[in-house]
Amino acid sequence: MSEFTQGFSTAFALIATANSELLAIITLSLKVSSTAVLIASALALPFGAWLALSFFPGRQIVIAILNGMMGLPPVVVGLLIYLLLSRAGPMGALGLLFTPTAMVVAQTLLIFPIIAALARQVIEDAWSEYREQLMSLNASRLQSMVALLWDMRFTLLTAVLAGFGRAIAEVGAVMIVGGNIDGVTRVMTTAISLETSKGDLAMALALGVVLITIVVIINAIAQIVKTTAMRRHG
Amino acid sequence: MADLYTNAPPVLAPASAEAKNVLIQANTVESILPLNVKSLRYAVGAAELIRGVSFVVQRGSRNIVLGANGAGKSVLLRLLHGLLPPSGGQIEWAHSNAQFKQAMVFQRPIMLRRTARENIEFSLRLTQRGHRSRDSRGHRSRDSRGHRISDVASAAEAALDRVGLAHLADRPARLCSGGEQQRIALARAWALSPEVLFLDEPTASLDPTATKAIEEIIHAINKTGTTIIMTTHDIGQVKRIASRVLFLHRGQLIEDAAATPFFETPQSPEAAAFIKGELLW
Repeated sequence: MSEFTQGFSTAFALIATANSELLAIITLSLKVSSTAVLIASALALPFGAWLALSFFPGRQIVIAILNGMMGLPPVVVGLLIYLLLSRAGPMGALGLLFTPTAMVVAQTLLIFPIIAALARQVIEDAWSEYREQLMSLNASRLQSMVALLWDMRFTLLTAVLAGFGRAIAEVGAVMIVGGNIDGVTRVMTTAISLETSKGDLAMALALGVVLITIVVIINAIAQIVKTTAMRRHG
Repeated sequence: MADLYTNAPPVLAPASAEAKNVLIQANTVESILPLNVKSLRYAVGAAELIRGVSFVVQRGSRNIVLGANGAGKSVLLRLLHGLLPPSGGQIEWAHSNAQFKQAMVFQRPIMLRRTARENIEFSLRLTQRGHRSRDSRGHRSRDSRGHRISDVASAAEAALDRVGLAHLADRPARLCSGGEQQRIALARAWALSPEVLFLDEPTASLDPTATKAIEEIIHAINKTGTTIIMTTHDIGQVKRIASRVLFLHRGQLIEDAAATPFFETPQSPEAAAFIKGELLW
């Protein structure tokens, strides 16, 4: 118990003194995950909206696959990206393995289905409400997609946050494609894993506290923005 | 419009910007009326909701589609407006670009999460393929209905002013009352200068004060030359608005008459019973 308490006190001391190693890991984590969320959102939101407004043979199968991919095991994604980027792989010449870029690619792949599937559901629900009005105004599919994405932006924020939560908290994929190289590809989750195995619980706890705090703060801000906006715009 | 995303409307491609302006000008003078509906049918599975309906709509008239709940009024309106594909029969407009010269107001107003003004601006800015115009540099100079882009904001404000809601221009539309939202929906439709305005029970969920305001706006829109095709089951409203009544019963048009003779000498027992307030089912 005393070890646990001591771990916590040391962890808070590391945070309070802005330990440089801790800051470097946190900064890289935020950079990698934020970039992945931005890229995934830019691709997944339009894709989800397109899928919501499109009707073609096999659509239900595509939706089922997309929904199923929300539960993609990170280690499997990591393995696939590893095989792609490894020296013998088809994209080995790019030399991206064990770089933050590879981690961004892995996280993007991991969260794309989450954001796309949730966006598809949100836009499809909105479409059932707006459909007749937009059709009456002769809106094209693209115009309808843009209008719905804009109108549902605050609800879609939840989908993006779900993606961010998954990205920043996952360890398997970034461990495989990043390699957990100190100062290069070490992020919060891989560092926690490493420090725990080394027995340095203070550092692991400090990173854990920061990780949870970041996730809670970002979700709280998003919730406040969403609530305020919904109250303001109806 | 029912197949909007599968069969795109024909895209006109005039050689020059001038030609496009000529096209817009031409469109403003070519009427889409009369509307000729021939043996129109609509079925969902084995259930036939519209059964061989035929009638003609002339320019400037106020046509009320009357009938009990489930008579097929709303389905008929959606068929005419192109929101549903007919199972049979024909809907013949006098001009091919009919879909760009009509608007519809629904029973429950559908407001975007924007201000009242922005809701109207949105509908004004929506591009209607084949009706866009550009200046000599290729920049859009007019919107889909030929409005100058710079005029869109003022057109939206003018539309709100016409329905007495200029003071709500900057209020989020979804935060307005039900009656105000329906007036915004009417302003949005009116701003498009439709030749035909479809109204699907626009006052069904409104109180008498809001209903009166809506009816005054409908009369005002009609006075500008817009033909009204509206559904209701409110006899009093029919008397206040209609110049002509189309009485639907179980998907069949069983009476088509001018408003006064419809009420004074109904030709069918169903219409006579409905006017008396008797239950038809």
